[in-house]
Amino acid sequence: MTVLITGARPYGEDAADLLLRDGRIAAIGESLSVPGAQVVDGTGLVALPGLVDLHTHLREPGREDAETVETGSRAAALGGYTAVHAMANTDPVADTAGVVEQVWRLGRDAGLVDVVPVGAVTVGLAGERLAELGAMADSAARVRVFSDDGHCVADPALMRRALEYVKALDGVVAQHAEEPRLTVGAQMHEGERSARLGLTGWPAAAEEAVIARDVLLAGHVGARLHVCHVSTAGSVEILRWAKERGVQVTAEVTPHHLLLTDACAEGHSDGGGRWGPYDPVFKVNPPLRTDADVEALRAGLAEGVLDCVATDHAPHAVEDKETEWASARPGMLELEQALSVVVATMVETARLDWRGVADRMSVRPAAIARLDGHGRPLAPGEPANLLLLDPGARSVVDPSGLASRSRNSPYAGRELPGRVVATFLRGTPTVLDGKAVR
Amino acid sequence: MKRHLLEAADLDRADATLVLDTAAQIDAALAGREVKKLPTLRGRTVVNLFYEDSTRTRISFELAAKRLSADVLNFSAKGSSVSKGESLKDTALTLEAMGSDAVVVRHSASGAPHRLATWVRGSVVNAGDGTHEHPTQALLDAYTIRSRLGRLEGVRVAVVGDVLHSRVARSNVRLLSTLGAEVTLVAPPTLLPVGVGSWPAEVSYDLDAVLPKVDVVMMLRVQAERMTASFFPSAREYSRRYGLDARRMGVLSDDAIVMHPGPMNRGMEIAAEVADSARSTIVEQVGNGVSVRMAVLYLLLGGAPS
Repeated sequence: MTVLITGARPYGEDAADLLLRDGRIAAIGESLSVPGAQVVDGTGLVALPGLVDLHTHLREPGREDAETVETGSRAAALGGYTAVHAMANTDPVADTAGVVEQVWRLGRDAGLVDVVPVGAVTVGLAGERLAELGAMADSAARVRVFSDDGHCVADPALMRRALEYVKALDGVVAQHAEEPRLTVGAQMHEGERSARLGLTGWPAAAEEAVIARDVLLAGHVGARLHVCHVSTAGSVEILRWAKERGVQVTAEVTPHHLLLTDACAEGHSDGGGRWGPYDPVFKVNPPLRTDADVEALRAGLAEGVLDCVATDHAPHAVEDKETEWASARPGMLELEQALSVVVATMVETARLDWRGVADRMSVRPAAIARLDGHGRPLAPGEPANLLLLDPGARSVVDPSGLASRSRNSPYAGRELPGRVVATFLRGTPTVLDGKAVR
Repeated sequence: MKRHLLEAADLDRADATLVLDTAAQIDAALAGREVKKLPTLRGRTVVNLFYEDSTRTRISFELAAKRLSADVLNFSAKGSSVSKGESLKDTALTLEAMGSDAVVVRHSASGAPHRLATWVRGSVVNAGDGTHEHPTQALLDAYTIRSRLGRLEGVRVAVVGDVLHSRVARSNVRLLSTLGAEVTLVAPPTLLPVGVGSWPAEVSYDLDAVLPKVDVVMMLRVQAERMTASFFPSAREYSRRYGLDARRMGVLSDDAIVMHPGPMNRGMEIAAEVADSARSTIVEQVGNGVSVRMAVLYLLLGGAPS
């Protein structure tokens, strides 16, 4: 397949034509002309490398009513992603070669993004003994990222062993940093608002304490650590300290932690949406924090202390969200809005340019996951994984129009900038004119 | 008045005063009457939707509705479809289909009444939600203080005990400050929420220092299970430091009153001789609860008095 993108601006810089052929970028130049090529008008659009998500919940196997590998893949492609990492907390848990290969095959069959399974660190996410990490690494799914996400690997001795063991696999342990004894029954960020709302608090220290412990362990055994969904200003400080000391630690931040705060639990009409108090669409783990945390996370992402944006896309069935706050499952839809939220919080605020966006949403996550063929520069000879974004478009989020099988978007009714017009996976369009090709 | 009473913040000073004045009018109207019943809400339906056991609050609301001649349905979580896993929303829609005009809800989850209010057309009255609020308790407490002391403006109130888990404390802090009273929270630091500094109240860890300076002491129930979670070392130590016994009662000013929302742990947060003393308003509070709840139902369903 040959595709000619005309007049797009790689990294938002000078306009050029991009020729995609045989899965690669064959040429970038002015006024390219190729007979028989499918022409895509890229005039005014920003071309970026295809996005890579380190943290997605696709729910299959087990909760196909909330999301499937196929519907999640479609949502990802529409969001500009060409690769997503599927978290292990499925049912059954992705803690064996069999389950990770199943997810990997479902992703390959859907064919919209590369679905890369994450393997559980411990059997059944129970935090008691290591899963067969080597078998998952050696499987067809080629697992390199291991995580009990949803649960913290709380036992320090077990965490140490996991960090050490994955060194042999060139792997990384992605930690859900949450000291469980400090978050029993926790519902939202612990502070003034939790006190007023009477919801049990989730203290920032419960995240920061685990990150501090784990960077010390990673430094001690010389292993790679990745920290999931960093949510507090204090965590950014600890990560900066660890990086300065040479610890091999990387970290991600979610779009929702870059934009939303614990004020959402009180109800708001900010940004166009209208929400009553205690609406569990804003319940997420770790919880939405304060304005000061949002500011520190944006600064940390700009600085690079936070390496990347990861979505923590968490679809939930209606009945798991239309409940009392305490009964609702935590998590929110992200894949289709993630880039828009980053544009709103980082680009329009002049904290990142387009090369910075490419670095934090494609280059670095691919490197952390040791993922070949993604996160590569827009240059001749490189794999043709890329997206075209209309940065000037603004639209109001309508959950009923999302490709995800679920509807729990915290951005419903909110106007966000940027529209993904096209996505290409190895030179083949998965999204054209803002619509999934299938 | 707003359509619902979900939390004390739903009442501004005028609304709160209107509720207390209406309760006083109701008390006056019923005083000395043989048939303690008004026809105001005849033909209206009030549902008591109780997801937690609370006989006192339920019968107080039930009596209030019946004295206003409303039809009352008691829907308790035990032995209903709730135990079969029906969601709060489905229950709400069921009650809606039955034509309820008001739902009085008690729930273990903070915010459940707010959620309910988005699913029903009628009024929702919060009868206690998790560790959030219990606004009619605060109204009856304010009514009791005003009856005893003749005013609320400038009255100094100590709220003592498990503030962290107390919906009574949250509602009282808000309502009493709306009505001009000065609240001091007294508790061990473990039983005060992080963020309490933003509340319209003073905070103290020292009961003995506070007692001589207040007009009202409101003791909160302390549940024994807090002890096992290390909120304090033992019931004995709690009682020594934060219990109201006869000696401490002795340092109160002459006309200071002692309140408790009930049920009491005698010998724990309050000594028997204090609970049974002339300062105690505990039994009065129960009676006032019915009057205040009548006023709330009347104002939400029947409109402002002529």
